[in-house]
Amino acid sequence: MESVLQQIGIESYLYLSALLFCVGVFGLLLRKNAIVMFMSIEIMLNAVNLTLVAFSTLHQDAAGQVFVFFSMAVAAAEVAVGLAILVSIFRNVRSIDINELKNLKG
Amino acid sequence: MVEIIFYILSTITLGTAFLTLLSRNPIHSAIYLVICFFSLAGHYILLNAQFLAIVHIIVYSGAIMILMLFTIMLMNLNEQVEKHKPTLSIVAAVGAFCLLGLILLSALVRTQPMVETYYQTGDDFQSIKVLGQVLMNEYLVPFEFVSVLLLVAMIGAVLISKKEQLKTK
Repeated sequence: MESVLQQIGIESYLYLSALLFCVGVFGLLLRKNAIVMFMSIEIMLNAVNLTLVAFSTLHQDAAGQVFVFFSMAVAAAEVAVGLAILVSIFRNVRSIDINELKNLKG
Repeated sequence: MVEIIFYILSTITLGTAFLTLLSRNPIHSAIYLVICFFSLAGHYILLNAQFLAIVHIIVYSGAIMILMLFTIMLMNLNEQVEKHKPTLSIVAAVGAFCLLGLILLSALVRTQPMVETYYQTGDDFQSIKVLGQVLMNEYLVPFEFVSVLLLVAMIGAVLISKKEQLKTK
């Protein structure tokens, strides 16, 4: 079976993941809702994962895919703790708009 | 044929990622993000990484998005209307997006690929069997640490989101 990289090339995957990363940065800057900001971080993590998988296929090395596996585990842990913090913030402030969280400001 | 599939999947990925950010309702954002993750799993299948595609669907589209949806419903955010942002910050966000995209893309366009001609050696390197062997031989210690990390995250999530009891002084 002919590999996909012979027909598409690694460049298309690099462009796609660069664009996806930029979309994640855009969302992080644009929105004030903390949950949507979390989703933007997930999009950025996924863009990097896509690059790792593409290069793992290019170099025919399993290490890249193992690294993506670890990165998924870290993302899961991050989302669990982050959402717990958000829930506890929501209990205290009754809002997750990040503009409301100015209590540390002097 | 593969190119057409790739471009369709890329369009779905980028389009739903944008819709995730631009939709006002957080539940719609979550649903669009699930579609985005499924199309990324399609990319992984296209790259013949079946194990990662399945793990991606289970972890991202399953666990993480269910967690986010439950949190959104717990906070009852679906009626909330986000406050209008000042035009200056929107312009700044769009400007940062365009500049970052320009820099990344131009840097990638000018980059020569390290492996000039891609050829397949025919070795099996991404089946579940080989990945499991690599994971259990070379990367055994990080694998165990990931399990500790997940345990700590679980305990931490329970501790943080637990309701604080009223302290009697």
